[in-house]
Amino acid sequence: MTRPATDTPQSRPNLRVSLFVTCLADLLRPSVAFASIKLLEQAGCEVSVPLQQTCCGQPAYNTGDYETSEPLARQLIEQFEDAEYVVVPSGSCAGMICHHYPRLLKGEWRDRALQLAAKTFELTTFLTDIAKLQRGEREPIALPSVTYHDSCAGLRELGIKAQPRQLLQELCATDVIELQQTEVCCGFGGTFCAKMPEISGKMVGDKLANAVATKAAVLTGGDLGCLLNIAGRAHRQGESIQVRHIAELLVGDLDSPAIGEAES
Amino acid sequence: MRQTSDTFLENASHALADADKVQRRDLMAVFTPLIRDAAMEGFGQFDALRQHVKQVRQHSLDHLGHYLTQFEEEALHNGNFVHYARDGNELNSRVLDICQQHSARHIAKGKSMVTEETGLNDFLERAGLSVTETDLGEYIIQQAGETPSHIVGPALHKSAAEIRELFLDKHDLGPRELAEITDLVGEARQVLRDKFLKAEVGIIGANALIAESGYSMLVTNEGNGDLCANLPKVLIICTTIDRVLPRAEDATAMLRLLVRSATGQAQTCYTSFYSGPRRELDTDGPLETHFVLLDNHRSDILASDYHEMLQCIRCGACLNHCPIYTGVGGHAFGWVYPGPMGSILTPLLTSLEQSNALPNACTSCGRCAEVCPADIPIPDLLRDLRHEETRRQLSAPRWRLGMKLHGWLARHPRLYHRLTGWAITALHRLGRKRGRFSRLPMAEGWTSQRDFPAPQGKTFMQQFALQQQQEMPSPVRDKPRKTRLRPEAGRTKAPRVKPSPPGAAKTASKAVPADKPARAVAAKAPAKSASPKSRTGKPPARKPRSRGPVKTRTEPHFGEPLEPQSGADERRSTTTGKPQEPDDVN
Repeated sequence: MTRPATDTPQSRPNLRVSLFVTCLADLLRPSVAFASIKLLEQAGCEVSVPLQQTCCGQPAYNTGDYETSEPLARQLIEQFEDAEYVVVPSGSCAGMICHHYPRLLKGEWRDRALQLAAKTFELTTFLTDIAKLQRGEREPIALPSVTYHDSCAGLRELGIKAQPRQLLQELCATDVIELQQTEVCCGFGGTFCAKMPEISGKMVGDKLANAVATKAAVLTGGDLGCLLNIAGRAHRQGESIQVRHIAELLVGDLDSPAIGEAES
Repeated sequence: MRQTSDTFLENASHALADADKVQRRDLMAVFTPLIRDAAMEGFGQFDALRQHVKQVRQHSLDHLGHYLTQFEEEALHNGNFVHYARDGNELNSRVLDICQQHSARHIAKGKSMVTEETGLNDFLERAGLSVTETDLGEYIIQQAGETPSHIVGPALHKSAAEIRELFLDKHDLGPRELAEITDLVGEARQVLRDKFLKAEVGIIGANALIAESGYSMLVTNEGNGDLCANLPKVLIICTTIDRVLPRAEDATAMLRLLVRSATGQAQTCYTSFYSGPRRELDTDGPLETHFVLLDNHRSDILASDYHEMLQCIRCGACLNHCPIYTGVGGHAFGWVYPGPMGSILTPLLTSLEQSNALPNACTSCGRCAEVCPADIPIPDLLRDLRHEETRRQLSAPRWRLGMKLHGWLARHPRLYHRLTGWAITALHRLGRKRGRFSRLPMAEGWTSQRDFPAPQGKTFMQQFALQQQQEMPSPVRDKPRKTRLRPEAGRTKAPRVKPSPPGAAKTASKAVPADKPARAVAAKAPAKSASPKSRTGKPPARKPRSRGPVKTRTEPHFGEPLEPQSGADERRSTTTGKPQEPDDVN
């Protein structure tokens, strides 16, 4: 089923996408998942959401508890392997599926993990590289000034760098104000931030300082873990910079409270 | 040296409390990656050469016995003595024996992290010898009674003002200003000249041992290695067995990455090859030369799942690029090797019990692996060490239990969604006014440094199920989309979205008006009892995956391919439960 490169969302058959919501979006920020669905639909995709999904097993895996992580990996493979595409609004969860499942699993399960990995994409990568989302006739979404945090797993495991910037330009006609040391970790690191709080605090403090120095009104990114970390620190320090997931910006969802903000 | 890795968190806390040092390290964290990147950019062949260097290192380690034997034969032929030491004590004793055979009292020493590992200086000094470190950085920390904070720049943690104070205190040279850094360097040079001339024995390390010639290679920027090697009557080269490489060109290939990765230079000021003692017509050079080759657990590492760590060429790039290393500095790691490489080596060379915090001092950000010139999967090895901690119950019980509980719950989706639904609703109600929590029970680690953002409302799964229920298909409303797969209700059984043949997919999609975006639908997961066998034969994904631009590049030629050697494969089968390395991902 190869498509000529000139295919537009209007002229080609619908891509069928299963959304892996991720546990952080499910629990703390459902707007990320709803925005993701909206974007995928704008790109002409038919979106389904497997209702049994829970967690990809990344917390246990990164803590070194492979034995707990393995059944979760197998569970996710069973839930998603029949999909045509799997899309994940998180670089680290997509990296877990694409990069670490084949490392974690063995034998037949490893083969199935590799097959799933081949059709699993992080949201912004899918929208730019596969669904080729374009603004079309719509007006660009008006955004305040934006800076972008490159999350480590997305950046280094999946090569996500140009894609979100490209989408911000395409849909919102917005150029990212780059923050200094953008490729340095924000100090989240899953359980790291709770196991080594002081070091993590130093790292997120540095990240926030660089973000504030851009004078951007909004910091965005593709991974909720990092964004919760940075937003939490910004509120602790009384900084006014808003933190929102890239999916929310791309659908123009600026009215709902940003991460950590009170309901008005 | 005394190990304090077990108090890593306290050490780190202490280090973060010193604002001047933090600022100094912050500058280093910006500066050192910049000079490395500039050097690599000018070089332009990093990826290709690192694959080559990795292959050479792996090949050498796979045939370590063969190349060590060859090195030994050649080195003996050149007139050297070759000693093997199983552990640090053996190395120290052998070095002391050699010194005592020559009635040596003064030792000039430099460029050896291995002898830091074995604690040679203390050992020799306890036996009454006077040892002087001659590398400027090592000299400074020796005078200060400290240990290296970095494997390439051992005194990077010291400011010029501190060094000035130190020299004024330690050097009995009368009143003087030492206002400029050049004055400090000049004074160190003056003091060290006497030490070189007085020394009966010189001790240095090696960056590589070259099997085909029996030579060793050493890089320095100060030339102190050559003075240690050539002025005293006796030279002892202390290094480890894993430094051996087949050919001179392998050592120079490694060098091109080593120096750029370490200091951002294209080449160090001095690159020296040591062949052996002075020959008949030579006018200078040592009269007697020894190699002391240390194992100290390298054989164990080679036979373990961590064998890739032996590919390390000790450039220090992973330190410079690690935000945790640059955050807390090298001393916090509590032993000879700090930073990412140290967090792997320290548990392997000492014990995981003594250093179980170190593999956790990692966010898996991957920056170290990105710049590693030996292509070592550092975050993976650190995670494997955490796995070992979990298996051996060395990690904190509350974390182990927490992960098990979370994992169990996540394997029971209905219960998971019900419980998280309740918990999140409650948390939302508590936090909605402020939007965040500044304190939360069981999350002190998080809230000690930042607020915890409150949940937006109900969980996505709750909201989505509700949405699906409200959009229950009515015969009229659903007509245009009747080919869609819909759930009958939020939690009741819904047809599963199955991959259908391309033709069928087209038919289905044609039912959707082109101008109307498709709506999200719920898909029920396949039942767990589905036979896995039925899936093994299914065709691979229909679309090729594209992840960013594929760079094509002509592979530069770095020498003839290595012939497999006849020597037996040294690597034994592995035993621990590390996952298989995927060979077709990345």
